[in-house]
Amino acid sequence: MIRAVGDGVVESREGEAAHGDGAAVQPRTIHVRVLRQDAPGGESYWERHAVPYEPNMNVISVLQKIAERARAEDGRRVAPVAWDCSCLEEVCGSCTMLVNGRTRMACSALVDRLLEENPGEIELRPMSKFPVVRDLKVDRGRLFRALERVKAWVPVDGSYDHGPGPRISPEEQEDAYPLSTCMSCGCCLEACPQYTRIEVMRHEDESEEDFENRRKAAYDRGFLGAHAVSQAVLFNGHPTGKMIADERLSALTRAGGIQMCGNAQNCVSVCPKHIPLTRSIARAGRAATVWAIKKLFDR
Amino acid sequence: MAQGRVLVIGGGLAGLAATMRLAELGVGVDLVSLVPVKRSHSVCAQGGINSVNALTRQQGDDEWKHFDDTVYGGDFLQHQPPVKEMAEWGPRIIDLMDRLGVPFNRTPEGFRDQRRFGGTLFKRTAFAGATTGQQLLYALDEQVRRYEAEGRVKKWEFWDFVQPVLDAGGRCRGAICQDLVSMQFRAFPADAVVLASGGCGLVFGRSTMSMVCTGSAVSRAYQAGAAYGNGEFIQVHPTAIPGADKLRLMSESARGEGGRVWVPRRPQDGRDPREIPEAERYYFLEERYPKYGNLVPRDIATREIFDICTHDGLSVEKGRLCVYLDLTHLPREMLDRKLGGILEIYEKFQGVDPRVVPMKIFPAVHYSMGGLWVDYERSVDGGMEEGSVRNHQTSIPGLYAIGECDYQYHGANRLGANSLLSCIFSGLFVAPSLAAVAGAGKGGGTDESRLFAAALRGQEERHEEFLSRRGGGENPYAIHQELGSLMTRVATVVRRNEQLTAAYGEVCTLEERWRRCSLSDTGNWTNQNVAFTKSLGDMFPIAKLILKGALLRDECRGAHYKPAFAMPGISATDPEAKRREAEEWCDRFEQNTRKWLKSTVARHGPDGHPQIAYEDVDTSLIPPRPRLYGLVGGDVIEEVWKERTQQGATAVGAGA
Repeated sequence: MIRAVGDGVVESREGEAAHGDGAAVQPRTIHVRVLRQDAPGGESYWERHAVPYEPNMNVISVLQKIAERARAEDGRRVAPVAWDCSCLEEVCGSCTMLVNGRTRMACSALVDRLLEENPGEIELRPMSKFPVVRDLKVDRGRLFRALERVKAWVPVDGSYDHGPGPRISPEEQEDAYPLSTCMSCGCCLEACPQYTRIEVMRHEDESEEDFENRRKAAYDRGFLGAHAVSQAVLFNGHPTGKMIADERLSALTRAGGIQMCGNAQNCVSVCPKHIPLTRSIARAGRAATVWAIKKLFDR
Repeated sequence: MAQGRVLVIGGGLAGLAATMRLAELGVGVDLVSLVPVKRSHSVCAQGGINSVNALTRQQGDDEWKHFDDTVYGGDFLQHQPPVKEMAEWGPRIIDLMDRLGVPFNRTPEGFRDQRRFGGTLFKRTAFAGATTGQQLLYALDEQVRRYEAEGRVKKWEFWDFVQPVLDAGGRCRGAICQDLVSMQFRAFPADAVVLASGGCGLVFGRSTMSMVCTGSAVSRAYQAGAAYGNGEFIQVHPTAIPGADKLRLMSESARGEGGRVWVPRRPQDGRDPREIPEAERYYFLEERYPKYGNLVPRDIATREIFDICTHDGLSVEKGRLCVYLDLTHLPREMLDRKLGGILEIYEKFQGVDPRVVPMKIFPAVHYSMGGLWVDYERSVDGGMEEGSVRNHQTSIPGLYAIGECDYQYHGANRLGANSLLSCIFSGLFVAPSLAAVAGAGKGGGTDESRLFAAALRGQEERHEEFLSRRGGGENPYAIHQELGSLMTRVATVVRRNEQLTAAYGEVCTLEERWRRCSLSDTGNWTNQNVAFTKSLGDMFPIAKLILKGALLRDECRGAHYKPAFAMPGISATDPEAKRREAEEWCDRFEQNTRKWLKSTVARHGPDGHPQIAYEDVDTSLIPPRPRLYGLVGGDVIEEVWKERTQQGATAVGAGA
């Protein structure tokens, strides 16, 4: 007979002995310093929080506790810190922020590890290359706009049945798959010296549509970023995707294109999915050069 | 030429598939999502997507067998025509996703590779590494972005569906949604609204589901009058990684590649698992199911792991229930090549290398088989009639539901790698139905503007009431934790009537306390506090219909297990006595089928309690039969059952 006792299926609130590497002395309280901002264009300010330590926490569970407590360390009542998250297993790309100064996903930032690096406290800041919406939540619309600029899709005729796709060798698949795991988190953009923040504020009497168009135009003058370059390489390598390779190369060589890359190689070192971004950039650079020369002769 | 306008709520596989096809059909689409659609929960699917394929076909497989496996796995609780249609669409859907650029794993010759999943004998599952859901979602996201660039789709990301708008005749004419950044409400008039908002995992606190899987969109439709089907059927996956914030899935393929589940024979043996000798380890799945070992079906593995921890008291840890899933005996090179992705998740989140130290896992809430009740029109060949405006329409005309949030396809238990198929299929298949509604163009008029103005005002007033609420002192996050613990304790693996009855009262009390919640953020800019508090309130109607449905259903079927109504196998050893027991077993099975082979249909009552009715299931294509997998004496029961069906000869339609 099965008998349900206590908190059944999934409770893990009670103390779990840290297993694996011999854990150091655990603090009773985690001190967190959060750089907050109430709204776009507002002043940012630091706020200190303290939450009780539990084993196996990540930055998301720390932020959940902050939301639940809704009090700063000094006991003042404060609004919960705003942040983005969804899957909590590093595959949706939502929860990018600066944790102890490093751009990374908050869900895979484990508290025990962070405290080993920096025993005193955890510092959380919003990404600096995107406009702050509130606190740790930023507007990454420009990142998705860049995917549109490079036409990051396979230009199929439509969804009606035309049989299977092209035959693809295992080598080609293994080459494409890592590029296709890009979750649009924006870590590579945050780390890139050439990717600078573009923030467009809506004018008082501006229509929604006018504002969106003006913002798009501003985004389109800025650097595409490593993620979009890598997606262009992915689709230019696909047997059907390459049918519009020229359009992607054209996008890569316009203003804000691949020529802006300064080869700092920060992108590849911060990518949580270890996508070979610099290899993509090198490939895109070569293809763009060949294409430019070809275009010259085609005149 | 755009004809009409459809509002799609949710941008996972189902919502994006519908959007893509609608745009292609020339219908304008507004796509509303809590998160940028590329971040939808579909990204979490790991294993793959099922369909008959060229290889399995030559081994004797066909669409009918896929259909049969799906209804047998679902314990016959699903209407059969939609499932048949889905199985028939399978090959076309995989081909389409292949053309869209999904990097499916390849054979040396360059064909799509397939692997075997639970509940079938065939290698039907196409996969892209260990992130198949992510790859499928991205392919659809890319096509929708293409239509967005052409101006055929307008995305509303970080927007929340707050209510459908119904006219005096009860027809859905659009919806009110809220911008979760500016907190402004907006009216979305539409010829049809389709919900593709996924599961309701957050009702159980922590699950394998994403933070956006609150079930609130579905609950709001239910509270507006839409019927909800089979709510009590919740799939609990046997192997997940317990975490303080989430229970992360550990794919079945870990066991498929040779992983072994065990616990120390000595309760809470404090030793390092690697130091415990073989003789002191209890490989309970292998001992109890010698034939299937660690690869027993999901519901059985889940119940056994739960049982060993709660009943036998052999949980690895005292304060937390878990068992070992051990891969350490397998070659590192093989593990990296075949299981790299999921092992990285474990390593990253637990800080322990599963190639060296056994993983600690426990079952977790994973999928809602139930969802909004939806209609279909049966075609002459026993499938679904393409383009019929009835397909996937909820009990509210003009309001549709697809993907995990509808109750179709999976019955009492979903087979692995069938969810990605049902999501994409229902999205593609519903589009011509929606286009037909949109083409008829019933919208417009001054009545409509008055209707929306009134609905907007109502929502704004409600919102204002939340923000201006003082006192009370209840904390929504704390109430959510209590709700999650309660639902997990009584309404997951094992269900007992006395516990369900008590829990129903406790949920009502929690709901009362929720009404006294004080907000810690009373501002009107990106107020996640008020959005969470509202969606918490919408979890109670769903929790209540799950509990009520489970309480009333006095039987065991698929994921719904009540020990008091279990039908154990044959205990006799003497052939004659065995035969007699098998006859009795079959009698009882027939009685139970007559009584309980029915869908639960819940409606939100005026008093806030669900009103439960039952609906007959269309089993006209494949007659129900006992699900005997792993049951002691199953061979004798099967023999008796075969004789009965041959004598009865009532089974019709089971052709091919």
